[in-house]
Amino acid sequence: MKITYHHIIILVTAAAFMSCKKDNYDPPKTKLSGKLVYQGEAIQVEYDRVPFQLYQYGFGKVGAIGGTFAPDGSYSMLLFNGDYKFVIPNDQGPFVWKKTASGAPDSLSINLKGNQELDIEVTPYYMLRNAQLTAGGGKISGSFAVEQIITGADAKNIERVSLYINKTQFVSGANNIAFTDIAGSSITDIGNITLETSVPAIVPAQNYVFARIGLKIAGVEDIIFSPVQKLNF
Amino acid sequence: MKKIFQFILFAAVLGAGSCKKDKDFLDVKPISILDNESAFSDPAQVLSILGNLYNRQLDFSSLEDWATFADFSESFPSENGRAYIVQRTGWGYGEWGINWFDSYAYIRELNLFLQRCEAAPNLSAGDKKRFLAEARFLRANFYFEITKRLGGVPLITEPLLYDFKGDPGYLQHPRAKESEMYDFVISEAESIKNDLPADANVKSRASKGAALAMESRAALYAASIAKYGATTPQVALPGGEVGIPAGMANDYYTKALNAAKEIIDGSAGGYALYNSKPDLAENFYGLFLDKNNNPESIFIEDFKLKSGKVHYFTGWNQPRYGAEEEEGGRINPSLNLVESFEKLDNTYGPLPVEDGSGNPIYYANQSDIFEGRDARLSGTVILPGTAFKGRNVDIWAGYQLADGSILTGDDRGAQKVLPGGTNPVQVVGFDGPINAKEFTAQSGFYIRKYLDPAPGGGSRGTSSEVPFQRYRFGEVLLNAAEAAFELGQPDVAAGYMNQVRTRAGLVIPLAAGDITFDRIVHERRVELAFEGHILYDMKRWRLATKVWDGNKMTEADLLSNIGKATKRNTQPYALWPYKYHNPSSPNNGKWIYKIVLPSLVTGANNFQLGNYYSFIDDNVRSNNPKIVRQPNQ
Repeated sequence: MKITYHHIIILVTAAAFMSCKKDNYDPPKTKLSGKLVYQGEAIQVEYDRVPFQLYQYGFGKVGAIGGTFAPDGSYSMLLFNGDYKFVIPNDQGPFVWKKTASGAPDSLSINLKGNQELDIEVTPYYMLRNAQLTAGGGKISGSFAVEQIITGADAKNIERVSLYINKTQFVSGANNIAFTDIAGSSITDIGNITLETSVPAIVPAQNYVFARIGLKIAGVEDIIFSPVQKLNF
Repeated sequence: MKKIFQFILFAAVLGAGSCKKDKDFLDVKPISILDNESAFSDPAQVLSILGNLYNRQLDFSSLEDWATFADFSESFPSENGRAYIVQRTGWGYGEWGINWFDSYAYIRELNLFLQRCEAAPNLSAGDKKRFLAEARFLRANFYFEITKRLGGVPLITEPLLYDFKGDPGYLQHPRAKESEMYDFVISEAESIKNDLPADANVKSRASKGAALAMESRAALYAASIAKYGATTPQVALPGGEVGIPAGMANDYYTKALNAAKEIIDGSAGGYALYNSKPDLAENFYGLFLDKNNNPESIFIEDFKLKSGKVHYFTGWNQPRYGAEEEEGGRINPSLNLVESFEKLDNTYGPLPVEDGSGNPIYYANQSDIFEGRDARLSGTVILPGTAFKGRNVDIWAGYQLADGSILTGDDRGAQKVLPGGTNPVQVVGFDGPINAKEFTAQSGFYIRKYLDPAPGGGSRGTSSEVPFQRYRFGEVLLNAAEAAFELGQPDVAAGYMNQVRTRAGLVIPLAAGDITFDRIVHERRVELAFEGHILYDMKRWRLATKVWDGNKMTEADLLSNIGKATKRNTQPYALWPYKYHNPSSPNNGKWIYKIVLPSLVTGANNFQLGNYYSFIDDNVRSNNPKIVRQPNQ
C-alpha cells in the first residue's frame, strides 16, 4: 500500500486523540507567595542569591524544591496542595534564621489548601532606614541611616556600605555600572551616612538609572539592600 | 526389516553419545571471557587491567578538554560557545562536583583489583607487590581528587556486595572527616612508597616519586585548610566532614616538608629541574614537551601517537594564522595573568602602556614591552611579536591614526586604505585581536604551554602526544618552600624557591626576609599556571571568596596591588597592540598598547562560601541518608 498524506493525517489524528487521556496530570495550581519581613518591613536582597527550600512530606525520596528570593524579598511558587516544610539553609541571607539544637536549619510547617500568602519573619543584623536617593549634576547621591538590630554576643560589624547604580532594575555588586564604597571602619555616625557616585556614559543613552544602597555585614555573605529606586535626570 | 535395523543402530549410537554426564557436556569454558584466575596469572595481562584503571584517573584540567583550563579570569575563552565562562556571575554549587556513581564504580573496581591480585596464585611476589602498590596509589590519588572537591566522602576500601535481602542499610557509610581523607592519602603513600620503583624514568606509571609527591601535596592541602580555614569559620561541618581543626596544621606542614625533602634529596630517584636548553623561556616550555630526558616530570598522563590515546589540545589552541587546521586560538591568557610575572629585579609592575603624564609609550618592536620579565612569561604565553613553530604570530588590533581615531577591520587580516594612501593595506592582524571574533587572540595573547611544535601536532588526523604533568619536581620544590615558610623556616623556604626562580631567569636570590605569604601564592600562580592548580590553591588558602568576590574589576584594580594574594581577579582583561600611523612623526610605525576589557566579558567571578565544597546530589543523599549536606548551600 502506498502511504499517502491521508494515511499520515489519520494516524496523527488518532494519536492526538489517544494522547488526550489520563496520563496527563494537572499542573500545580496553588500559589504560595509572600516576602521576607522584619516587623512588617520587607527585607531587600540580591537577585538570585538568597535561597529557600520547600520539602513536601509523603514521598520516598528526600529532595528540596528550591527557589530564591527576588530583589524585593518576595517569593512565589506554584505547588500542589499538601503539607510542606519551609527552610532557609544555614548561613544564607543577611539575617538570622533559627537553628535546631543539632545545627540544622529550623523549619516552618505549611499546610497548603489553596492560595496562601505567607510572609517569612526573620531577624536581620542591620536595617537600612530612610534611604533617600536623588539624582542631579551627573551624580546620584544617597543618604540613609543604619539601625543595628542584633546586638550583644551575636552582633556583627559593618564591613562596608555601597551605593550601586545600574541601567536595569537588577542592582547589586554583580550587576552595576558604577558604585561607591565606604568601609565600615570609616563610618562615624550610623544614623546619618551619605554616599555619592557619578553616572558614567550609558550606551545606548537613557535618562534614568536604578539605584539602591547595600550594606555588607562582616562575616556574612549576602548583602542587605534598600529598595530599588528609579531616578530620572 | 532392514529399515528397523537401521533405526535401532541409529538410536543406539545416539544413546551411546548421550551417556556423558550433563556437566561434562554443558560446562564449557567460554573462550572470549577471562576468569579471575587466568586474568591474574600473567603479568602482561594484569598490566593491561591496570592500564584501564590508570586511564580512569581524574584531573581538574585535562588536555582532552581545553575549557578545563580556561576559567577563573586567568584566560579569556575565545570560542563563542564558551563565552558563558566570562558572562556568568558565579558558579553553581554543583560545579566541580563528581559523578558519584562512576566514581564509586571506579573505586569498587580498584578494590576488586586489589582483592583479586592479592589472591592470585601465579604471580611472582615482585610483580604482585608492584601491582598492588600501583592500585593503592591510584585509589589514594583518586580519593585525594574527590576530597579536594567535596571534602570528606565515604572511605570505602573493600569491594561492597549487596545480599539482595531488601535492606541496603549495611552498605550505607557516612562521610569520613576531611582530615581522615588526607590521613588516608598520606598513610597509603607512606606504606606503598618502597614497593614502587625509585626510578625517575618511570613517569606514566606510579613510582616512589609519585607517591611522595602526592603525599607532599596532600599534606600541604590539609595543613593549609587547617590553618586558613580559621578565617572562614562558616565553612565547616560539626562532624568534621568539612574543615580541619587549626591545631593539626603544623603536623601536616611537617609531613609535607618531609615528603618533599625525600624527593629533593634523591632517595626516590634522580629528579631535578629541567635545564636542557640555553634559552630560559624555551627551556621552561620544553619541560612540558620533552618525554625522554626530562628529570622534572614525576607522574604524567601520557599520550602516544597512533595508539588511539592522543589529544587535540594544540589544534584547539594553536595560533590561528597559518595553523595546520583552520582553527585554534581558544585559550587567550589574560592580562591579569601576564602582568603578574615579575620583573628581573624581583619587583612587580604593570606593563608600561603610558608614561607619567598619560601619553602612550611607543615601542620600536612589538615584544619590547615584555622585555626584562620572568622567562616563564614567554614560556607560558605566546606574546605579540614572538613566534610559534618558527612563524611570528600576527597579533595587532589596528592602526592608531594621528587624529586619535583608530583604523581597524572586522575580519582577520582585513584591508583598508590608510589616510594619504591609495591602495588598501592590512589593518588588523591575521590572529586578531578582533572583538567577539572567536578563535582570534581576543586578549592579545595565546597560550604556549603544551602546544605541540611537532609537524601534525595541530592537525586532526595526527593530533598530539604531549603529556599532562600531574606531579613535577618544580611543584615539589614549591610545596617544600611553602611548608617550610609556614613552619617558621623562611631561610629554607627561600632556598627552595630560589631554585625554581633561577631556572626562570630570576637570578637575584630572595633572602629569608623576602619570603611572605603573598610571595608563596604568587610563585605558585606563575609557575603552575594552566596546570589545574589555581582553583584548589585558592580554595585551600580560603582566598577564593576574596579574589573572586563578584565585584567587577576596574582598570585601577587591574594595575594596582600586583603580587598581592588577595588581589581581585574577577574579569579577564586584554592588552591590544596598535601600530602608530603618522608619517610626520618620529614614532611612525612604532607600537602602542591599550588595555581593554573584551566586550563579551559581562559577568564577574563570584565565589560564594557554598562553592568551597561542591554540592552532593539530592539523589545520593536520599539513597544514603547518612551523607550530610555541604555547608552554606
